[in-house]
Amino acid sequence: MVCNVLDYLEAGVRRHPDKILFADEKHEVTYKECMENARRIGTVIAGMSQGRKPVAVLVDRGVESLVSFMGCIYSGNFYVPISKEIPEKRMEVILKQVSPVCLICQGKDRELAEKLEHKTEICLYEEMALKEPKEELLRGIREGHLDTDPLYAIYTSGSSGTPKGVLVCHRSVIDLVEQFAVCFQLDEHEIFGNQAPFDFDVSVKDIYSTLRNGATLYIVTKKMIMFPKKLIAYLNEKRVTTLIWAVSALAIVADFKGMEKDVPHSLKKIMFSGEVMPVKVLNYWREKLPDAMYVNLYGPTEITCNCTYYIIDRDFGLDETLPIGKAFPNTEVFLLNEKNHLVKDEEVGEICVRGTSLALGYYRNLEATDRAFCQNPMNPDYPELMYRTGDLGRYRNGELYYVTRKDFQIKHMGHRIELGEIEAVLDSLDYISRSCCIYNKEENAIYMFYQAEEACDKRIIKDLQIYLPKYMCPNRYVYLERLPLNKNGKIDRIMLKERYICHGES
Amino acid sequence: MMREELMEILERLRPELEFEKEDKLIDDGILDSFDLVSLIGEINDSFDVEVSFDDIEPENFNSVEAMLALITKLQEEE
Repeated sequence: MVCNVLDYLEAGVRRHPDKILFADEKHEVTYKECMENARRIGTVIAGMSQGRKPVAVLVDRGVESLVSFMGCIYSGNFYVPISKEIPEKRMEVILKQVSPVCLICQGKDRELAEKLEHKTEICLYEEMALKEPKEELLRGIREGHLDTDPLYAIYTSGSSGTPKGVLVCHRSVIDLVEQFAVCFQLDEHEIFGNQAPFDFDVSVKDIYSTLRNGATLYIVTKKMIMFPKKLIAYLNEKRVTTLIWAVSALAIVADFKGMEKDVPHSLKKIMFSGEVMPVKVLNYWREKLPDAMYVNLYGPTEITCNCTYYIIDRDFGLDETLPIGKAFPNTEVFLLNEKNHLVKDEEVGEICVRGTSLALGYYRNLEATDRAFCQNPMNPDYPELMYRTGDLGRYRNGELYYVTRKDFQIKHMGHRIELGEIEAVLDSLDYISRSCCIYNKEENAIYMFYQAEEACDKRIIKDLQIYLPKYMCPNRYVYLERLPLNKNGKIDRIMLKERYICHGES
Repeated sequence: MMREELMEILERLRPELEFEKEDKLIDDGILDSFDLVSLIGEINDSFDVEVSFDDIEPENFNSVEAMLALITKLQEEE
């Protein structure tokens, strides 16, 4: 029985040691090279920690990030990916919350890592990869491993202003990739084109499906995705068969009419998640690649990537919505109303999930964990957790449909954002007296309304970028001498929406 | 005239940047995909051109000068 994701890696080494496992624009690593380097790295880290502790990894779009992950796993610890692209202040907030055993980075990023205000030891990838592996140490760690031990913690936006680390164990990821292999017929001939950044859980499906199936993963850079001509050429050169992408990335190709001259001929499977897929975008892809399988995936990071899927099996009109389908095997998805009762057919309820896929919780945040992961109210008889997604859904003709969010969380460019987290940063700026953020779906734009002594858009943007990644910064700024208040003395979001946002809907 | 209009579009898109000083907007990752999609949409609308598949190359968007050259080329082709 597979109890550790490394079992997949080692099976691959036995089967085809010299097959390419991971590759980026410049480098590639085979199964054997990846394992060997990971064991060296694992040996060094194991010397610093007893196990089951966080190890931060400064990630970019290179294969070294992935080998570092494997190294953390060999050491008996779990990894916490931190993107090089997020502002330093945000890195510091995460590092402070995690207090990792060490921070792994490459020589080229040493300066950045050393500049950060934290007391974490910095470990250089290149140096660790030269150390001798200690076989006995690694064997002992492996023998003590349980499949319920954590594999990674991925940080997502938190409404109180601090990001939350979703902690996921080996078993949940093993369950995920086993179900994926069966539902979508994945095997060793698969060549994945990875678009999702490694600090984003969409990439978990690429990494571990590659390992599970003995396949190969090519990393597609952000720049390629913006320039379809380069993208299509690359996908063809590498004969990529499978994309598990954010909707926003597939949308760019469609927006730019990126497949007018040539199409990715080897593509057979195209899966997407992150936000609602516009039918217009789907239809463009289907028109260009009519024989490929298209899958709509749904689920939050807290249930290990996805809990439902829908294989597109008919044509969709522009006025239709894609269903999110049905639950993966070994997962139950059900809708509860405000009284915690199952809703009747066609009624709207909160999407709740139970099964092996549930994350262990939020790292070092019991309060938030207890709110979201709670006793299944349908089961008073023994302890059983379920996860409340905060998403509202509805069943229609046996298919599940996503309706909207319960709260102020939004999906913008594939990223999950709590508007409250942006507002928390704004509140900390002393020259802003009040502010609020509203999302306008039709424009894909975050509006920020603020009250201050004078209009100061530029100053706000510059200050926000110290704390927040660019995708979290508002796209439109509206200065008002006084923000309108409702009867309860709260900012009147409805009035702002009606008056200042063109189409009214949000 | 064309320059002013383009500058206005860019200002609205990313008010914090000093576009005239940049010549690696794409290569250095200053503009992201969200910016590029909005920018191309606005260029099409404002200058009554159609930025097509072959024009969407990094070289055409790295600087204000490059964008102006692209728009001029497209207008001449009309």
